[in-house]
Amino acid sequence: MSTATPSQTVGPFFSFGLVNANLVVAPGDTAPVRLEGCVLDGAGAGVPDAVVEVLTPAGFGRCLTEADGSYRFVVSKPSPLRHADGTFEAPHLDMSVFARGLLQRVATRVYFPGDDSNAADPVLTSIAAEEVRATLVAQPTDGGLRFDVHLQGPQETAFFAL
Amino acid sequence: MTLTEGTAQALDPPYLAPDYRSTVLRAPKRPLLPWPATVPDAAFPLLGDGRLGPLDDDLTKQHDGEPLGERITVNGRVLDADGRPVRRQLVEIWQANAAGRYAHPVDQHPAPLDPNFTGAGRCLTDDDGHYRFVTVKPGAYPWGNHPNAWRPAHIHFSLFGTLLSQRLITQMYFPGDPLFPFDPIMQAVRDPDARQRMVASFELDLTEPEWALGYRFDIVLNGQRATPFES
Repeated sequence: MSTATPSQTVGPFFSFGLVNANLVVAPGDTAPVRLEGCVLDGAGAGVPDAVVEVLTPAGFGRCLTEADGSYRFVVSKPSPLRHADGTFEAPHLDMSVFARGLLQRVATRVYFPGDDSNAADPVLTSIAAEEVRATLVAQPTDGGLRFDVHLQGPQETAFFAL
Repeated sequence: MTLTEGTAQALDPPYLAPDYRSTVLRAPKRPLLPWPATVPDAAFPLLGDGRLGPLDDDLTKQHDGEPLGERITVNGRVLDADGRPVRRQLVEIWQANAAGRYAHPVDQHPAPLDPNFTGAGRCLTDDDGHYRFVTVKPGAYPWGNHPNAWRPAHIHFSLFGTLLSQRLITQMYFPGDPLFPFDPIMQAVRDPDARQRMVASFELDLTEPEWALGYRFDIVLNGQRATPFES
């Protein structure tokens, strides 16, 4: 029997309590990547009261969304993650989103477009539907990457039970 | 050892809880995807460095004067699902002031701001997982979700463990609050025992004579992949 404390919404009024940390850059990385996007609701509207968090081998990052639902980070692209049994995971960021109206976080992953190792990644390949799998791969932009989080709708992002 | 109905995950609130109106357009509609069993949980770093100031754990000392309201201490431990302490990890809180008003530009509740209270705190757990804050008891406030909707008094808590799956944001409530049955956010947690785990306990032993009421709020992080539970 679990004794875990249940999750509750972050609510709308967190911006004075939760601090942004937009830089998640590994020491010595001279070519970090700009990662930006929007958190969008089921009507396609930006979510202005969301908290986007990323976890990478370079550390933890957090960005509170702007009025249009946008967030931005500067991140290092990680190396593939190799496990002792010889398997590996393609370069990725773990992402969690909290918001007013989300009673618990949504957890997803951000993969890098055009990376050959994506084809063998165990999380990506666990998703049968191509269009769902594609929601986890960022889009290249002029000088960076774009990753929108669709909480609902035809482009709903793939979220995982962690 | 598989994840089944009635396990820890099911004790969390659902994404869609229509009585809490903001969930309707924000709740994912597809079921969550199962995490591949071969992929390990990501380690979470300790987040103390550079995030703490000397007065961050005392919300009554962050301004020139003392805030109005009922001075309290909130004490507890952060534990993993096996009861082990989460050591030297960041705890963040934020709350309304004693009148039920947040120091946030979007909060339009016509209750006074307190120039001596911001309502944000941070601390690190110690080697036994203990944390402690000094603050004032927040007020209840109306929130427009439905006619005559009031949130019970609460303090928002943000917790980290040592694994990605343990990340938790929750709310601490105060014992005996008459607003509990009317609050769709708290009631979205369907299991009464699980709801009760979000309610602090008043403890005379933690109460400091002539100074502050003491509350205890222990927090258990889920991290189900690190600690599978029996079905």
